[in-house]
Amino acid sequence: MREPVEFTVLEAVQAIQKGQISSRELTQVCLQRITALEPTLRAYITLTPDLAMAQADAADKFLAEWRQYPQGALPPLLGLPIAVKDVLCLANVRCTCGSRILENFIPPYSATAVERLLSAGVVVTGKTNTDEFAMGSSTENSAYGATHNPWDLQRVPGGSSGGSAAVVAARLVFAAMGTDTGGSVRQPASFCGVTGLKPTYGRVSRYGLVAYGSSLDCIGPMARTTEDVALLYSIMAGYDRRDATSMDLPVPPIQFSDKPNLKGVRVGVPKEYFISGIQPEVEKAVRQAVALMQTLGAEIHEISLPHTHYALPVYYLIAPAEASANLARYDGVRYGLRESDGDTLELFRNSRGAGFGPEVKRRIMLGTYALSAGYYDAYYAQAQKVRTLIKRDFETAFESVDIIAAPVAPTTAFPIGRHSGDPLAMYLEDIFTLTANLAGVPGLAFPVGFDEHLLPIGMQIMGPHFREDLLFKVGHAYQQATDWHQKMPLLEVS
Amino acid sequence: MTLTLAEVEHIAELARLTLTDEEKERFREQLSDILDYADKLLALDTGEIPPTFSVLPPRSVLRPDRPHPGLSLEELLRNAPQTEQDQFRVPPVLE
Repeated sequence: MREPVEFTVLEAVQAIQKGQISSRELTQVCLQRITALEPTLRAYITLTPDLAMAQADAADKFLAEWRQYPQGALPPLLGLPIAVKDVLCLANVRCTCGSRILENFIPPYSATAVERLLSAGVVVTGKTNTDEFAMGSSTENSAYGATHNPWDLQRVPGGSSGGSAAVVAARLVFAAMGTDTGGSVRQPASFCGVTGLKPTYGRVSRYGLVAYGSSLDCIGPMARTTEDVALLYSIMAGYDRRDATSMDLPVPPIQFSDKPNLKGVRVGVPKEYFISGIQPEVEKAVRQAVALMQTLGAEIHEISLPHTHYALPVYYLIAPAEASANLARYDGVRYGLRESDGDTLELFRNSRGAGFGPEVKRRIMLGTYALSAGYYDAYYAQAQKVRTLIKRDFETAFESVDIIAAPVAPTTAFPIGRHSGDPLAMYLEDIFTLTANLAGVPGLAFPVGFDEHLLPIGMQIMGPHFREDLLFKVGHAYQQATDWHQKMPLLEVS
Repeated sequence: MTLTLAEVEHIAELARLTLTDEEKERFREQLSDILDYADKLLALDTGEIPPTFSVLPPRSVLRPDRPHPGLSLEELLRNAPQTEQDQFRVPPVLE
């Protein structure tokens, strides 16, 4: 038997169900590894070992009682240790969003997606690091310090779900929850060599996700395999009356075939995603992955998504505009940091000035400007129109192909501090991931190789709205034929 | 597009943000750069193109108006920086 830390989600759940290991033992394995590696990785903002042990014991007790009186199926993730990105509410555990302004905020309720995983039996080890309010591509914008990439501690894990990607890559837990507004699940998954899903907009309830860009925000799972990601997704997805944008559509059960077979699957390769400036090893690895899909039976078509190069300015007007409205709620009155005892306006200004970090202030300023009188039509309204063109690019493409294959990011993980002081250079890191959020389509990122520095390379496949099943089919077939997703970073356990 | 310091101060006032002089100057430069980049959108003719209000198909999101259990007063006030008599305390608005 393999070491428990190397288990996939499916293997861990089966080992618990078969009595080969208890949830308590498995959780202790994770907590010991966290104790050993967290000082190096700094992937968590808040650790919850007491909660984890209580949940593990409850899972073991449930299983013991079920064995005596088996009724119905066992909860599908019973006893499984995971981590939750610190922009998702978990009742009675502080939720900082990587910000000083919420340093002491303790939500009285859990996000629907978190609640569904809890009902499925998960054990929560803690809340993972994130760029402040999920605004960033490196996890350096956290008020609680940067997270280090497990493959190279001098490099970023990507962002904003960098903490969640790092804990999965370093085998501290079996899966983690992330969020993706402009690539924040897929890009860190790529930088850390794990598998991550940005679901279709409206597929997973956003209730209890602290809002950033509400027309773009998606909650998605991160794990080591497509099968694991699909299992977590199938539990999190589905209608929720508490989120008016969640779609009332059935979530079909996910089925996997034993043999990798992509016969009849039409894969589109958009030429706009292979631009000058892309790291040659990234392009090579993605093209090799596409070639492998062809040998598995897929048809490859070169396609065009002509408005791709507008995605960056469109995103960096719409997302900040939505953020400036969403973050108006932090005013020092009902929750969060309160500064100054002047009049009410002083209270608002000073609490926000002291509580928000530089990137959040920058986006609030940018969004406020884009929405302000005299500039609304030129910036915000124009961006929403170009967004329609980007969305139509995808609709047209999906008339002739089933999925679209592309790199996740132009490069592998970059050194910590590389883009400090140059926000535009940091925004360019998101150039390949923003389109899926603007069009609302699902995207699955998974590892397809390593560069010369032994840093993981990721690719993404995107599909039509609500066709996560196609992405899982292709991702699983690719992972059956390759072992990139099984590679593990070498970390010194002190 | 080059922003002036006065414009930066106006935006900060609209956004209810206290900024230091150093932050104002930095944001003046950085926001000008970002808006320059965004100007490539202005060249695109979008005359007949409708804006995207939602990426999802339009549909009714109304549900029956039935009461559901909510949070308790204690839970709602637990995160408040200052409370008084079970209410959020703020500075006086009227003297």
